[in-house]
Amino acid sequence: MLQAVLQPGGDGATALYIVAFSLFIIGIKRGTHPTTAKQGNLVAAVGMAVAVVTTLLLDGIGNWGLIALGLGIGTAVGVIASVRVQMTEMPQMVALYNGVGGGAVALIAWSEIRHGISLGETIPLDTLIPILFAAVVGSVSFWGSNIAFAKLQDLIPTKPLAVPGQQVINAVLLIGIIAGCVSIAVGNDDPSQLTFIAILIAAGLLGNLVVLPIGGADMPVVISLLNAFTGLSAAAAGFALDNVALIVAGTLVGSSGTILTMEMATAMNRSVANVLFAGFGGAPSGGAAGSAETRPHVSIGAQDAAIKLAYADTVVIVPGYGLAVAQAQHAIKEVGDELEKRGVTVNYAIHPVAGRMPGHMNVLLAEADVPYEQLKEMEEINPEMARTDVAVVVGANDVTNPAAKNDPDSPIAGMPIIEVNQAQQVIVIKRSMSPGFAGIDNDLFYEPNTSMLFDDAKKAAADIAAEIQNL
Amino acid sequence: MSLMTEITILVLAAFVGFEVISKVPTTLHTPLMSQTNAIHGIVMLGGLIVVGYANDPLEYIIGTIAIAFGAINIVGGFMVTDRMLGMFSKKPKPKADAEKKGGS
Repeated sequence: MLQAVLQPGGDGATALYIVAFSLFIIGIKRGTHPTTAKQGNLVAAVGMAVAVVTTLLLDGIGNWGLIALGLGIGTAVGVIASVRVQMTEMPQMVALYNGVGGGAVALIAWSEIRHGISLGETIPLDTLIPILFAAVVGSVSFWGSNIAFAKLQDLIPTKPLAVPGQQVINAVLLIGIIAGCVSIAVGNDDPSQLTFIAILIAAGLLGNLVVLPIGGADMPVVISLLNAFTGLSAAAAGFALDNVALIVAGTLVGSSGTILTMEMATAMNRSVANVLFAGFGGAPSGGAAGSAETRPHVSIGAQDAAIKLAYADTVVIVPGYGLAVAQAQHAIKEVGDELEKRGVTVNYAIHPVAGRMPGHMNVLLAEADVPYEQLKEMEEINPEMARTDVAVVVGANDVTNPAAKNDPDSPIAGMPIIEVNQAQQVIVIKRSMSPGFAGIDNDLFYEPNTSMLFDDAKKAAADIAAEIQNL
Repeated sequence: MSLMTEITILVLAAFVGFEVISKVPTTLHTPLMSQTNAIHGIVMLGGLIVVGYANDPLEYIIGTIAIAFGAINIVGGFMVTDRMLGMFSKKPKPKADAEKKGGS
C-alpha cells in the first residue's frame, strides 16, 4: 500500500498547502479580468490538485477502497454533469455544486463528532464549536442550494412562495438550533448525537424555508450568498480538523463570495437583507398592473419588424430573461448576422442582471458566437441610445422600464435601466403584455414609438431573420 | 497549531479575499462565483481525513458520501467554470458549433 510520507501539520504538508492556497489566490485574482480568467481557473485547479495529492500522502489516511469509491463516483458525476449541461442551465449547476459542497461539510462535521464521542473523552470547545458551526451552515447551504436548483430548473414554482408565519417559524428554528448547539457545547464531556442530528435536520429545514419564498430573479444573489456560506463552513471544518488549507481556502471563498454577493445585489438595486426577508417590492402593486389591458399599444408582425430593422443604420439588441428561457441566443444572432450583411451596425446591450445571473447573458451570446466587441455594458450603451435607430428588446422587461427613472414611487425606482425609450423606435419581442418579475406595468410598451411583437423569443427571431433574407 | 494562530490566518485570509475581488466586471460575476464555488470543494480534504479514522459502517458511508460530494464540487465546479470562460475566447467561426446549433 501507499507509504505515508507527510505528517499532518508537519512542515512538508504545510509547505505544500501554502503552495496550494497561493495558487487559489492567484487564480481568483486572474479570474477578475476577462483576458486572464480562463487561465486563472486552471491555476486554481492546479492548486486544488496539489492540495488533494498532499492530503492523500498524509499519515493516517486510510480506507483506500472507500476513498477510491468516493473519488470515482464524484469525479464521474462531476465530469458528466459539466459536459452535458446546457449553457442556459449553468446557474442551477453552480447551485447544485455549491449544495454538495455544503453537504460534504455537514457530513464531515457529523463524522467528526461521532469520532469524538467514540473516543469517550471530552471534546475541547475549540474543536466542538467549529464542528457545530460547520454542521449548521453546511446543512443550510446544502438544502438552500437544492431549493435554488429546483427553482431555476423549474422543478418547483419560481415565483415567491409565501408561507404564513414564515418569519416566526424561521426564528423558532434558529432559536432551536442555537439551543441545541449550546446544550452540546455545555455537555461536551458526553455530547448527544441525537441532538446533533436534530440540529442538522433543523438547519436543513431552515435552509429550505429561507430560500423557498425568494423569486427566481433574485436567485443569483442567494446562490452567491450560499456560496460564501459554504466557504465559511469549510473554514470551520478546517478549525475542527486543524487543516490550514481548509481554513485559508474556505475563508477566501467566504470573503470574496460576500463581496461578489454585494456587487450582484447592488447591480440589481437590491440589498441582501431585502432579498432574504421580503418578496419583491413588498405588497404587490396590483392596481397599476390591472389597468394594463385597457391602455393602447401597437402590435406588429415579423415582417414589419424585419423592415424596420433592415433599413436602419444602427440597431441595438437588448436581450433579457425571456431570451435565456427561450434559448433564443442563436436565433437572435442570425438576425444580427442578416442585418450586418446589409451594412447595419448591430450592438448588444447587456444589463448587469440580464439573463439568470450577472454575466450570464454574455455567456449565452458568446456561445452563439456573437463577437465580444458587440457586447456593450449598460453604461457604455446608454449614451448611444439617442443615436440608435431601432432598439430591439428580446424578453427583457423591468430592466427597460422608464418608470425606474421617471417615477419615484415605482417599486423599481432608482434601478439602473437600459434607456431604450431614447431610441428612435423600439421593438419589444414578448409573449404577452404580462408584467415582469417586479409585477409592475412597463410604460415603455405604451410609448408611441414602441411596437410590440407578441411571440416566443426564439420563433420571433427566426421569423425576423427569414423575413430580412426575403427583402 | 494554536487556536490564535488559526484565527490569525483566518483574519488575514478574509482580508485577502476582500481585496482580491474588488471591482469585477459584471460579465465575470457568474464565472468567478463558479470558480470560488469550485475552490470550496477543498472540503473534500476533510472527507479524506475523516474516512481515514472511520471505524463503523455508518462512518464509512458518511465519509464516502462526503468525498463524493466534495469531488463533484471540485471537478464539476472547475469544469463548468472552464466551459463558461471558454465561450469568451476568440474563435474563428467554428463549423462544429453550427452543427451543434442545428442539433439542439
